[in-house]
Amino acid sequence: MFALLVYLFLIIPLIIITGAAFGTDEYLRFPPQGFSLKWLANIFEVEMFVRTFKISLEIAVLGTVLALLVGIPAAYGLSRYDFVGKNFLQGFFLSPVLVPGIVFGFSLLNFLIIKYEMPVYTSLLIGHTVIIMPYIIRVISSSLENFDYSIEEAAISLGASKVKTFFVIVLPNITSGVIAAFILAFINSFNNVPVSIFLTGPGISTLPIQMMSYVEYYFDPTIAALSVVLMVMTIILMFIIEKTLGLSYFAK
Amino acid sequence: MALLSLKNISVAYGKNVVLKNLNLDVEKGELVSLLGPSGCGKTTTLRLIGGFVEAKNGRFVFNGKDYTKIPVHKRNFGFVFQNYALFPHLTVFDNVAFGLKQRNIPKNEIKKRVMEILETVGLKDYADRSPRELSGGQKQRVALARALVIQPDLLLLDEPLSNLDAKLRVKMRLEIRKIQQEYNITAIYVTHDQEECFSISDRVAVMNNGVIEQLDTPQKIYNLPRTEFVANFVGFENFIELELEAKERGGGGFYKLKNGQRFKVTHFNGREYERYVKGAIRPEEIDILNEGGGKETNTLKGIIGISTFLGKHYQYVVETEVGRLLVNGSAHKRYEKGERVTLYFPEDKIVLV
Ligand SMILES: Nc1ncnc2c1ncn2[C@@H]1O[C@H](COP(=O)(O)OP(=O)(O)OP(=O)(O)O)[C@@H](O)[C@H]1O
Ligand SMILES: [Mg+2]
Repeated sequence: MFALLVYLFLIIPLIIITGAAFGTDEYLRFPPQGFSLKWLANIFEVEMFVRTFKISLEIAVLGTVLALLVGIPAAYGLSRYDFVGKNFLQGFFLSPVLVPGIVFGFSLLNFLIIKYEMPVYTSLLIGHTVIIMPYIIRVISSSLENFDYSIEEAAISLGASKVKTFFVIVLPNITSGVIAAFILAFINSFNNVPVSIFLTGPGISTLPIQMMSYVEYYFDPTIAALSVVLMVMTIILMFIIEKTLGLSYFAK
Repeated sequence: MALLSLKNISVAYGKNVVLKNLNLDVEKGELVSLLGPSGCGKTTTLRLIGGFVEAKNGRFVFNGKDYTKIPVHKRNFGFVFQNYALFPHLTVFDNVAFGLKQRNIPKNEIKKRVMEILETVGLKDYADRSPRELSGGQKQRVALARALVIQPDLLLLDEPLSNLDAKLRVKMRLEIRKIQQEYNITAIYVTHDQEECFSISDRVAVMNNGVIEQLDTPQKIYNLPRTEFVANFVGFENFIELELEAKERGGGGFYKLKNGQRFKVTHFNGREYERYVKGAIRPEEIDILNEGGGKETNTLKGIIGISTFLGKHYQYVVETEVGRLLVNGSAHKRYEKGERVTLYFPEDKIVLV
């Protein structure tokens, strides 16, 4: 019963938003009057939405790829080898989820932009790469947990080098983990506000930040329409994860 | 000269020394088994030879060359793992072909050699299957084929049959032995199953606590163990302390027991110059006689203790003046607890250690 209430509490705003997105009124209203796609179309009229959508997409893809490039070997090293300081390193890699996003974003601002005078775009990319790293490492690590390392030894004993073995034996056996990590990291980066808010500057912003500043001045259902678009996007991605390895993957 | 020699090898995991100055020579074409209780270092020895474990001290010489520092993938040794370790994302064919692909062998030759070896292990119709669709025995055959197809200079097997049921184990070990002899491959085989080990090996190395206690043919290990540990391991349950009294001219000698009783022993087993030895004897070699039966020498008086029915015979714990002994008696007659008997120890069944 209680669970049902919780679900309703979560679902109702989504229904309201979705309804409002397709209404004809000039402001958010539920139940909606009439049906129109004009707010959906309006998203593409607002030039900043299109620009920041592109930036968000770029940052999310680049950041995720960078984080995978660092995260996969790191997860592999952490699960394969025992060494001094392993626990420390594990904690270090996971720390970005433990530190509040605001604090993390603010320190990146101080560190990257003010101290090292890095371009805003680069800083944004670095910030996102770091913030999504823990997700990558966690998901990859959990798929490596089920990996039988004697398979790797078998490949090496048959004449493959360690590096080659990693690519032709280890990687193909954790692809589902890599896909899941990619999507999860992508969603996290794309939706991130607390870190992005400190690392945006003139002409460079992300979609969520742009949406926030939009609602400060306008109150028409364009935002609702955009939210619906993002929601659908997330659902599609989650669906892919579900199909590749099941959502229970993240329950671990 | 031996094909493979381990010279004074020591291996440690952190402070835990697992192999201690281990020496082992294996000749070309031989199948040598490593046999011993759990944790004695069999796998470690095999992994050292394979190159997965580094030696702290000592050298590993193979075919006249120092292999101590050669990396695993340059050794050309075939490895068969206990859990098969097949590549789950590749078909049977690609599993077997993997090693050949690393050697840049032309495609049609790979195909020929893979199909040949699959035929040898009886799996030629399974080439396109995924490992998931195979039974345990079939997986092990694929693992064997994959290790053999590279024409390894040495075949290393770590308890390859321990995940199979008893019947299949017997069948597979015969096959492995046949293929090994047919291809004239030198092999090292780890097991803790004695019967398997004796039936398949040219020589057996019995390991204990990181050292090889005895390296001999299966017959020698079984009949003439050289140390108390090996004797115990192959089923000599009884150890009686003996002191040399007199040697006989024709070989063998007389020994005195702790209680003054005398035993004649036929073979010295290399212990003729030692005054204090132990006489080892299996439970099934001791005869149970009615009290007062038998001759003066090679007998001991005893009282029957606990008895256990083992199918083929009863096994008794017998209290004697030199300690508790385990003795097997016929399944047709059961001695009662507390019954007084005389035990007879045939002089040629006592092994000195
Ligand atoms: N990776 C490791 N790290 C630390 N200690 C290890 C490691 N591998 C093995 N050991 C220890 O080394 C000793 C020998 O192990 P090994 O695996 O060689 O035994 P084994 O004879 O193969 O035993 P079993 O019959 O159980 O397979 C054991 O005491 C074990 O605890
Ligand atoms: Mg072992």
